[in-house]
Amino acid sequence: MPEPLLAVEHLSVEIPTRRGVLAAIDDVSFAIEPGEVLGVVGESGAGKSITGAAIIGLLDPPSRIAGGRIVFAGRRIDDLSDAAMRPLRGKEIGAIFQDPLTSLNPLYTVGRQLVETIRVHLGLDRSAARRRALALLQDVGIPAPEQRIDHYPHQFSGGMRQRIVIALALAANPRLVIADEPTTALDVSIQAQIIALLKRLTREHGTAVMLVTHDMGVIAETADRVAVMYAGRIVEIGPVRAVVKEPRHPYTVGLMGAIPALGLRRERLPQIDGAMPPLSAIPSGCAFHPRCPKVFARCRGERPELLPVGSGAAACWLHAEALGKRP
Amino acid sequence: MTQEAEAPLLRVEGLARHFDVSPPLLNRLLERRGRVLLKAVDGVDFAVRRGETFALVGESGCGKSTVARVIVGLHAPTRGRVLFAGTDLARPAPSAERRRLRRRLQMIFQDPYASLNPRWRVRDIVAEPLRTHGLCDGEGAVRARVDELLGEVRLAAADGDKYPHEFSGGQRQRISIARALAATPDFLVCDEPTSALDVSVQAQILNLMKDLQRELGLTYLFISHNLAVVYHVSTMVGVMYLGRLVELAATADLFAAPRHPYTRLLLATVPDLALSGRARAPLAGEVPSPIDPPAGCAFHPRCAYANDRCRRERPELRQAGRSRVACHAVEEGRLPAEG
Repeated sequence: MPEPLLAVEHLSVEIPTRRGVLAAIDDVSFAIEPGEVLGVVGESGAGKSITGAAIIGLLDPPSRIAGGRIVFAGRRIDDLSDAAMRPLRGKEIGAIFQDPLTSLNPLYTVGRQLVETIRVHLGLDRSAARRRALALLQDVGIPAPEQRIDHYPHQFSGGMRQRIVIALALAANPRLVIADEPTTALDVSIQAQIIALLKRLTREHGTAVMLVTHDMGVIAETADRVAVMYAGRIVEIGPVRAVVKEPRHPYTVGLMGAIPALGLRRERLPQIDGAMPPLSAIPSGCAFHPRCPKVFARCRGERPELLPVGSGAAACWLHAEALGKRP
Repeated sequence: MTQEAEAPLLRVEGLARHFDVSPPLLNRLLERRGRVLLKAVDGVDFAVRRGETFALVGESGCGKSTVARVIVGLHAPTRGRVLFAGTDLARPAPSAERRRLRRRLQMIFQDPYASLNPRWRVRDIVAEPLRTHGLCDGEGAVRARVDELLGEVRLAAADGDKYPHEFSGGQRQRISIARALAATPDFLVCDEPTSALDVSVQAQILNLMKDLQRELGLTYLFISHNLAVVYHVSTMVGVMYLGRLVELAATADLFAAPRHPYTRLLLATVPDLALSGRARAPLAGEVPSPIDPPAGCAFHPRCAYANDRCRRERPELRQAGRSRVACHAVEEGRLPAEG
């Protein structure tokens, strides 16, 4: 088996507070192969964005990695100093965030930001860097790039800004892009354009993508595999088709059922009662057990690990029963 | 049809709302620039029958929220009028009468974090309309009514003594609904009520709204950008583009046979969860600025069927099958039926 591009092993992230240390991410493991698109889906507070931030070393203090390892291209990166991480970030691992305005400097033209990124990471001279910047803008679909390259971020619409952010993230040909809710702030018709663009460019460049979003629709269209997070843990992971068509964890089942779909009009949407627990009150055993329609005794006392089921894995004791692995 | 005979509960006629976004007077004089008008809503007609859920759908800047705000009286209309139960809400009527009508028309906002006063207990937030409109006799009655309202939105009476920050987004939206219901309205304007919520919470709120509609006989104007949600909740849909309605149809008709090219575009961009392999059609172009909308049909720069007439002449809503559509191509029969 080829070595994965990114391996996250037993990662834990904690947030120290006045009232004790909270576990934001609790023992999360997954891998991304070269060129693969892994979707990470979950609702607010599930820990999906923190996982992405931990990988690129941009956790907001006082959050910190409390355990586990992150290995990128065979090299451990979770214990790197900020100075050692900086050349990796942007060059090897690109990032796209929800709000394009926070990723762009409002005081510099987009051309200057692109040229600077290209020169720092690829060591090109000014005119070669500008040629590459123009080609990138063309690639992400900015009309008339020769004129637009000297414009400031505020002179672009939201969709165009997100295209520029994608150009910046891909400027140094990174091997992995972490895209955190890249289309959430955009209108639906623009969203489709950005998703198509991201898919095309990453396929052309062979870039692997970790796509973090709350939108199962975006994942279904874009990802190869998907990891579903709940209360700081992965509850299910597998090929996107399998997870969408035949979810195995009761939370994924509920999540898929709760999405209104065209062509299937129901009087009521199947709903999961209650809400995701706050980090300060994660239930014992399986964190989903108080909301789970299939809960039984073992779920309350014992925490399930990811167990293989079908073509993926789910952290649910139902599948241990099915496998006959009950100790 | 008997519903046709019944007068609509809400009628919007030729509604327009323009905003003056001109630079300051001094700049206008020095730079010789004129006034600039943003035509957020520019001629919208529709009617909502009792018990119906009428959805207004469109992308940012199409004017759907401005329509909602004009209807509840947060903006005055620039042109046209809003008739509620047959009475023009903007016309100076006796104030007691207008107050009574306004009470019957309430609004739920998108952001449950911004629409609740963080310094008030939930009990006082829900009681405010009761006190303002003098709907209860004495504090005991207010208390009993607040408990009842919290129950209606499936919150516990004890939740009344807490502050908004102690609740999740979904629970806050329940509080907003309880506050709106306190005035015993028969018409609720809901401006993206679930857009800020996670999907599992969205399902809870949509189910609650449907239950309340059935229990209390409510009529909804439902503003949303999410077509799947609109498909799920509404009975009638109006599609807006740059301040005007481009298509008006019963929900079943609109989704089975979308007619306007913009409606078709919106439907094609809904993410495909069935994994049927249908590629999303990423239509080129963006919504133009409402300050300087294209001449003729505002959609023509993005439309594959645009011709000279579309660039010149603004289409009006006309009957097309069972829908009403503002499109020259539909009217002339040169738009292919959608496969």
